[in-house]
This record gives sequence, C-alpha cells and structure tokens, in this order.
Amino acid sequence: MELFWYIVLMTMLAVYVILDGYDFGAGIIHLFFAKSEKDKKAITNAIGPFWDANEVWLIAAGGVLFFAFPTLYASSFSGFYLPLIMILWLLIFRATGLELRGQIHNKMWETIWDKAFGVSSLLLALFFGIALGNVVRGVNLGMVENGVSTQEAHYFFLPLWNTTFSPQAEHLGIIDWFTILLGLVAVVTLTIHGANWIIFKTNSSLNTKLKKIIFNLNFVLLALVIISLLVWHVIEPKPFHNFLKNPWLFLFPIITFTGLFGLFKVKSFKKEGLGFLFSSLFLFGGLTSTVASIFPKVLPSTNAVNPSLTLYNVAAHEYGLSVGVYWFVIAVILVAAYMVIQYKVFKGKMDNVGYGEH
Amino acid sequence: MEDMLFYDRMQFAFTITFHYLFPQLTMGLSLMIVYFKWKFLRTHVEKYNDAAKFWMRIFALNFAMGVVTGIPMEFQFGTNWAKFSELTGGIIGQTLAMEGMFSFFLESSFLGLFLFGEKLLGHKLHFVTGFLVFLGSWASGFLIIATHSWMQHPVGYEILENGKFVLNNFGALFSNVWLWPSYLHNQAASIVTSSFVVAAIGAFYILNNKHNEFGKLFVKTGVVFGLISSLIVAFPTGDMAAKNVVKHQPVTFAAMEGIFETEKGGSEIVLIGQPNMLEKKLDNKIAVPNILSFLTYQSWDAEIKGLNEFDKKDYPTNVPGLYYAYHIMVGLGTIFIGLMFFAVVQLFRKKLYTTKWILWSLLFMLPFPYIANTTGWYTAELGRQPWLVYNLLRTADGASPTVSSGNTLFTLLGFIGLYLLLGMLFLILVGKIINKGPQTINA
Repeated sequence: MELFWYIVLMTMLAVYVILDGYDFGAGIIHLFFAKSEKDKKAITNAIGPFWDANEVWLIAAGGVLFFAFPTLYASSFSGFYLPLIMILWLLIFRATGLELRGQIHNKMWETIWDKAFGVSSLLLALFFGIALGNVVRGVNLGMVENGVSTQEAHYFFLPLWNTTFSPQAEHLGIIDWFTILLGLVAVVTLTIHGANWIIFKTNSSLNTKLKKIIFNLNFVLLALVIISLLVWHVIEPKPFHNFLKNPWLFLFPIITFTGLFGLFKVKSFKKEGLGFLFSSLFLFGGLTSTVASIFPKVLPSTNAVNPSLTLYNVAAHEYGLSVGVYWFVIAVILVAAYMVIQYKVFKGKMDNVGYGEH
Repeated sequence: MEDMLFYDRMQFAFTITFHYLFPQLTMGLSLMIVYFKWKFLRTHVEKYNDAAKFWMRIFALNFAMGVVTGIPMEFQFGTNWAKFSELTGGIIGQTLAMEGMFSFFLESSFLGLFLFGEKLLGHKLHFVTGFLVFLGSWASGFLIIATHSWMQHPVGYEILENGKFVLNNFGALFSNVWLWPSYLHNQAASIVTSSFVVAAIGAFYILNNKHNEFGKLFVKTGVVFGLISSLIVAFPTGDMAAKNVVKHQPVTFAAMEGIFETEKGGSEIVLIGQPNMLEKKLDNKIAVPNILSFLTYQSWDAEIKGLNEFDKKDYPTNVPGLYYAYHIMVGLGTIFIGLMFFAVVQLFRKKLYTTKWILWSLLFMLPFPYIANTTGWYTAELGRQPWLVYNLLRTADGASPTVSSGNTLFTLLGFIGLYLLLGMLFLILVGKIINKGPQTINA
C-alpha cells in the first residue's frame, strides 16, 4: 500500500512539474525575451486558462503527501520552513502578476505586474530545483550535535545557508553549491520547456527565435547534467546502486536522454508539439531517475545516529491508505475528464483568446 | 517555548481570517450567479445575463484572492503544526487530500471556461460550467468543515501506543454529528454575506440614481436571499450547532454565554456585559432571566453548568475573546434578520426602492456579515481551545518543534505586508468594477 501511494505521489509531483513547469518557463521567456506587447500577450494567452489548474497539482500532491505520509509531511514542511513560505509568497506574486495585469490599462501598472510574473516564475524554478537538491542531499535528521540528537529523530530545521555553502558541511543550509547546481538545471530546463509550450500554443513572432534559444540552451543543459552526474557521488557514494540491482530502472535515464537529445533537432521539427513532448520526457525522466537513485529513501539522513526517512517509516496506517484508494480512483477519473474538456476547449493556437482582458 | 506557540497561533489566525473573507463571498455568490443565469435561461431577459456576468467579474477577483491566500493554509499544517500533522495526518489528511482532488480541480478547470467561455460554449453549457464552479466551492467547504468537525468532535479513530491517531472508520468522518449542523450553518452564513453584498451594491446604485434597473434587481434578489439565509443561520442550523456545543463541550458553552456560576432555577441570557476574569463575574450586565435555559433545553428552569464546575486548565484559553466573538455573531445575526424582514415587507408593499432608510441601512451593513462570519469562526476555534483535537490533543503539543519564534515572526510579518498589499489592490479593482456598473463592464 505504501508503494502504491509513493508511486501516486511521485507521479503527481512529476505531472505538477511538467504542467506548472511550462508556466514558469513561459514566465522566464516573458521576462527576458518578450519585448513587444504582442509577444507578451501571446505568452500570457498561452498559459492563461491553464496555470490555475496546473497549480492545483501542487496543492493536491501536498494533500496526498499529508494523508499518505504524514510524518514526511510534518518533518519536511517544518524543516524546510523558510524556503516553503517563500515559495508561497512567490506563488502569490506569480498569480497576482498574471491576474491583475489586464485589470487596468496603464503602462506603469502593466510593467509592474509583468515583472512580478516574470521574476517570481524565475525564482520559483530556481527554488524548486534547490528543493530537489535538498531532498537528494539529505538533512541532519534529529539535529544531531556531537553524536547526540537534540530533537526527535525525524525532525530538523535548515537555515537558508551556512557560511561554507558546502553540501558536506556539518551544519547544512538550504542553499549550497550542489543545490544551486540543481537549481540552475531547473531554470534552464524549464526555460526550454516553457519555450516549447509557447511555440506549441502560439503563432508568436518569437517562435523562430525561441527555437534558436532552445537549441543553444540545450548545450548548457547537457553540460549541467554532465557536471551534476560527475559531482553526484559527493552526496551519494553509490548513485547507481539501485539501477545496477534493478536494470529495468535504466528506463528512466533512457527517457531523460531521449528528451535531451531529441531537443537538439528542435529546428527541424515539423509538428510543433514535438518539442514540448521531448522537454516533458526530459523532466519526467530526470525526476524519476533522481528519486529512483535514492529509493526507498524519501529524505536521507546525513548523520549516522538517525536513520533516513523511507516511504515505509513515514506512511500512514494501513486502513486509511486502503480506504483512500477508493475515493482517489474516482477522483483521478474525474480529473482526467476535466483535463480533456479543458484542453479540448482551448485547443490549438491561443494568440487571440483575450485572457485577462477586462 | 511559550512564544513559539504564540506566533504559530497568530500566524494561523491572521492568515485564516484574511483568507476566509473571500470564500465566504464566493460560496454564496456562486449560488446567486447560478440563479441569475438560470433566470436568464428561463426568461431570456437580457438583464439577468448581464447581472450574472457582472457578478462573475467580482466573483473572479474574490476567487483568485481565495486561492492565493488558501494555499498557505494547507502548507501551514506542516510548517507550523508539524506535530499535529504527524499525529493526525492519517485522518485529517484524508479529508484535506479529498478537497484537493475533488474540489480544487473541479473549480480551477471550469472557472476559466465559465469566465471566458460564454461565446465558445453557448448559454446552456455556460450555465453548466457556472454550476460546476458552485459545486466545487461548496464541496471544498464541506471537506474543510468535515476536517474541522473531526477536530471539534473526533470520531472513527483509535490512538496507537506512539500517540498517533489512526482512522478505523472512514464513513464516521461524514456522519459526524458535528458536521451537518456546522456545514449548513456556515453555508447559510456564506449566502448571508453574498446577499448583503449584492443588496448593498444595488442600494448604492439606486441611491446614486445610476444603473437603476440593476440596482432594483440586486436589492430585490439580495433581500429575498438575505431573509431566507439569515433565518436558516439562526434556526435550525445555529440552534443545532449550539446544542452540539452544550452536549459535547459544556465548558465552552459556559464561556460563550458568560456563565461563571451555575444558576439554580434556570439561566438568564446575557445581552450585554464584560467578562471580568479577576472577580469571575460579568460587569455592566443586561440579561433576561430563564431564556437561556429555555433556548437550550426547552425548559425554563433547566440547569446550565457554569465555568465554576470545570477544571481551570480545561477553560477555553481566551474566555473574554470567545464570549465577545459569540455575542457579536449572535447580535449581528439578529439584526440581519430584522433588517431583511423589513426589507422584504417593503418589497411586497412595492415600496422597497423608495424606502430610503432601508436602502441606506443595506449599504452600511456591507461589512457586518463579514464580521459575523469571522466572529462565528472565532467562536468555533477559540471555543475548541486549549485543544487541537478536543479532549485528546492540546494545542501546545501540536506545534512544530524546530521552527523558532524568530522565524515564525519573520514569516508572519511577511504575510501581513503581503496581505495588506493584496487587500488594497483588491478593493481598488472591485471598486472599479462596481463603479463601471453592469452595462459598461459587459459591453
């Protein structure tokens, strides 16, 4: 039962990253590359009717985490207190940026909310990458000092940074060179992903330029991925242990690299949805490969005193998990139906949807 | 440790109070928009469709505010109440996860279609999307109140040796005696808010002599919905909710009513008075003898337990706060019924739109249903203190062990600043929509 909910949770998180990820990417493109009013309009139109439903995947995943793995929810949400609250603030700014921009026709007003949308999207991409870095690196569970736990074995608290910015320091921080590296991977990946979505959903004059940007950024991404793999042993001495034991898991890295290398052909794609498909594959493969490498751990311990949190020692009780399957299956069928309706109504190019115009 | 708990509580109180200003309007308003749209489908009179679209605009802003201030609520269970989440997540996580899966997806998928899809979908399907948004918001309220009810009156659980609460009866969460009275009471109160808002904007138009046609429609719809919903808030739902408190939380009831000592021969109902915690009595009291006993037990001389009969450590943490919250709610609820009653009488006499004092009263009443809803929730929440899970888990034992007061104060200040900004922007934008009026805005 734990394994079922683990797969559900990871799938929901992956869906969240793929869906809201294109919103973040669109925000980054909007911030750096959209100059004309027409291009900006095209970008907000392309994500306007979707971003809210996309964000619900995060809330729903949070709900499933709470219900199926309450100990992990309690431990990680209190331990990563500051970055989580900041993510909330950024989500609020992102939403207000998108929703308020069109409410008043005034250059200054529009500029403020354009920047709010763009900057918060960029920071959200960075923060989520850093968050992933923190989870795979692990934390000082039980806040061990000199070999003695100062808190219950599954609680911890991390400041934003320590003075050394090292993932191997005794006193860890949220931001260190390893988590920043993953933050950069996230920013670059989601920029590519967002650009693919814009190409897919609009006839914007940016599209040709975006293909070039994707092509160039893809080299940066490849370099970052290689660097990450080379330094991975710093946080996990045997990163391929799980893969060597269960070779079918290599499917996930294969998906990742299919997505990555597929994108090098971005300039010659005939079907415009293809680029989005490849960046989605990269995201899905990257996330699943990462969690597969630390499985069954969900939050590793960096000390020898307290054991890592695994999906088995953080799960809720059997009855609740079983009864949850019934309503969850019904809910998933409904959600799938909503998504089909939503994407059918807003299918094709969206340049002229008129999102947020009042 | 003490101040850690204080800031955790302050942050939750501040963020939930601000958050609930928005859903209380959207839940009731979605029903009224669906009504306008339905009326249009039946009569094909254009003004009903214009009314639906006008309120949709205001709904959309409120909804967005509700969403962005709602996400911090779900996060805070984990960030600030980690111990509580760890111990009870297997149960309340169930209803909260259901809210995400059943309600948020429904609302967010169809809101966009409802706001932008009228031409795309045609009127009938547009009505359906409106109805689905209404359904989603009411489902959300239901699951939140199911969670709330479990904390007030825990059912269907067992406690393991390690202190964890585990679910052993899923159905019990929804047949909880606390749930249905609270839910209906809350939803009726939400319609009270939307009725007063709709009526107030209508009165504003009539008194300013602009958009008169819509002014009349809004006042009429507002007062009819308003009278029915204010009555339901008091009876039967408020009555049933209060009887639950008497039965299951007698010490809370004593504090709400301001009864310091058990009275022989029946309890009086206190209309006005200030709780004096030093001398354990009410100062400057105005009260009517025996009414409380009658309302509670339908017997003039029934005995109601005073605070003196309970252990002091089980008193609600803030007795005066609870007492005021409850009395403000009840007092306002009574005034709402009175005003709406006169308004409906004038409506039947066809004099409503010219009765100035009622129009002015409707306009000035605009903030008060918000205050009544808020104090109603304060009654429920302060009344549950000092417990998170009534009689089983104390608030002091539920906070996050590792989040220091300095960090919580930092984020609390951030929330205060951010929400003040959001609140101002919201008022400016809603003001703009109201000022433009239904015809201009839909043109």
